[in-house]
Amino acid sequence: MRNTRGVVIGGVGIVFTGIFFVVPFLFILLLASQDRVQSNELRFAWPRNFQLLQNIAQAFSSRDYLMVIAFINSVILTVVSVAAMVFLGAMVAYVWQRRPGRTTGAVGLLVLAGLIVPPAIVPTIWVLQKVGLFKTMPGLILIEIAYGLPFCILLFRAFIASVPRELDEAATVDGANPLQVFFRVIFPVLRSVMITVIILQSVFVYNDFQNPLYFLPGTQNATIQVTLLNFQSQFTTQYNLLFATILLVMIPPFVMFIFFNRKIVAGMAAGSVKG
Amino acid sequence: MASTTSTPEATRAAPAEPAPKSRGSRRRGPYPYWFLIIPGVIYVVFFVVPTLTSFYFSFTRWDLFTSRWIGLDNYRTFFQEQALVIGLRNTLIYAVLTSGLKVVLGMALAIALTSRIIARGYLRSVIFFPVLVSAIGVGLTFTVLMNPEKGLINNALGHVGVDGPGWLTNPSLALISVALVDVWKGVGLATVIYIAGLVSIAGEYNEAAQVDGASRWQLFRTITLPLVRPATASVITLSLIGGLRSFDLIYAMTKGGPGFASDVIASVIYKQYQAGFYGLSTAGSVVLFLLVTLIVVPLTRWLNRAED
Repeated sequence: MRNTRGVVIGGVGIVFTGIFFVVPFLFILLLASQDRVQSNELRFAWPRNFQLLQNIAQAFSSRDYLMVIAFINSVILTVVSVAAMVFLGAMVAYVWQRRPGRTTGAVGLLVLAGLIVPPAIVPTIWVLQKVGLFKTMPGLILIEIAYGLPFCILLFRAFIASVPRELDEAATVDGANPLQVFFRVIFPVLRSVMITVIILQSVFVYNDFQNPLYFLPGTQNATIQVTLLNFQSQFTTQYNLLFATILLVMIPPFVMFIFFNRKIVAGMAAGSVKG
Repeated sequence: MASTTSTPEATRAAPAEPAPKSRGSRRRGPYPYWFLIIPGVIYVVFFVVPTLTSFYFSFTRWDLFTSRWIGLDNYRTFFQEQALVIGLRNTLIYAVLTSGLKVVLGMALAIALTSRIIARGYLRSVIFFPVLVSAIGVGLTFTVLMNPEKGLINNALGHVGVDGPGWLTNPSLALISVALVDVWKGVGLATVIYIAGLVSIAGEYNEAAQVDGASRWQLFRTITLPLVRPATASVITLSLIGGLRSFDLIYAMTKGGPGFASDVIASVIYKQYQAGFYGLSTAGSVVLFLLVTLIVVPLTRWLNRAED
């Protein structure tokens, strides 16, 4: 009896999500597979000539393999900045959680500010110019680290609170210096929350559009999101190539999602319910 | 400045560098403050300094090299020019609309997805996935779907006899259309937060109330709604912050147009920056800063206090 209700609601849900959530993604896939003429009709229809692979190859090779360069740029940006966020975020969270006081109280305030305050963009460009990093990848990486740290610190701190202090004390008694305590004892214990942080921040940084637009302008060194938007004006009569590009850009988060579905969902929920 | 040249080196150097001279730190316990130095420098240089200097530069005419104090002129321009005032109003509409819808839809979906229904895992996944997709990809896709003549949405509406509007070309509708796409993309996160909140409610409350003969509506009003309050607080805070700052989706779908109809503060900041009005653009950043702080901080306080 109960279950008929569950079947009905579930059925309605399947239809509802089918219309609102599955169709847009199928549309991307279909347009990316159509030929040029058909794709310009913008029809939700089976491709007359199925040429998904040709479209993808063409999207890649257009404008001197700009897509490939952009993918490489995005991968470098994501890997380096997320790796730095994990190390630095964990270190800050560790000291903040373990050593409450006036100094670490300031950390709390800065973390909160970082989560709420929108960055002032032109002054940031000014600072980047002053230190000679405007329009450079290291500059953008440092920006992503600065903006992403507060969230990482918050997630790590919540987790470190559950790691017993006796662990640090035991290691200290055994003669470990602070670095050894942190890297040999604490860091390995953080493994599960670290995976969460890595996945979430990778998705954020990879999908980031605004910061590369401002801090890494120029076509040749653009990231994938900026390149995707630039393709829009270029492919106005080649929707199949535009959608092949959209499809390609969506693949990395999709792969993440397939493998880490639960981790991502749990991390999002934990990260948003902040203390 | 030396530490900012290259991050990968900086992170790798951190563990190696002070290891030999650990004499002093042992006395201070295993929680040294110097762990905070590298992240602190990055954060202060690239976030705190720009934020603080923005207050000064917003009072100047500025070309990134020289700045001349002009007092409140930028702010006067900001609040007098119609295009910019529209941006301010639109930002508020956008933020309130998106967070309101995310609260209502997120809660409804979460309640449905925590009850015993078929295909629950599939439904959760499919609603959540857009959260992970880039705003640019979503924006471009929906720009095509919302095409007034050929778009899938108006085509489908045509089949049921409705003459679909120009979602993104009609000035009075463009902002709302983008806001709806924002909700489509973000409702999965709200749902996940609500699911986490609902799951943590102990089953005994509902059982006790059911024994007392409470109706479904009464259960929702008197038990579920008050107990998911922390989740509601998170969803509202998150989506308000996101909504007030939003840029990507609007830029991808309308570039603030038609005219200035869907401009928000963040897109105004970008346009003024592109036009070379750096002082004015920075004044926009300060306005956005004040708006976010004045709305979000008191609201979070209130939401979290009323809890107990």
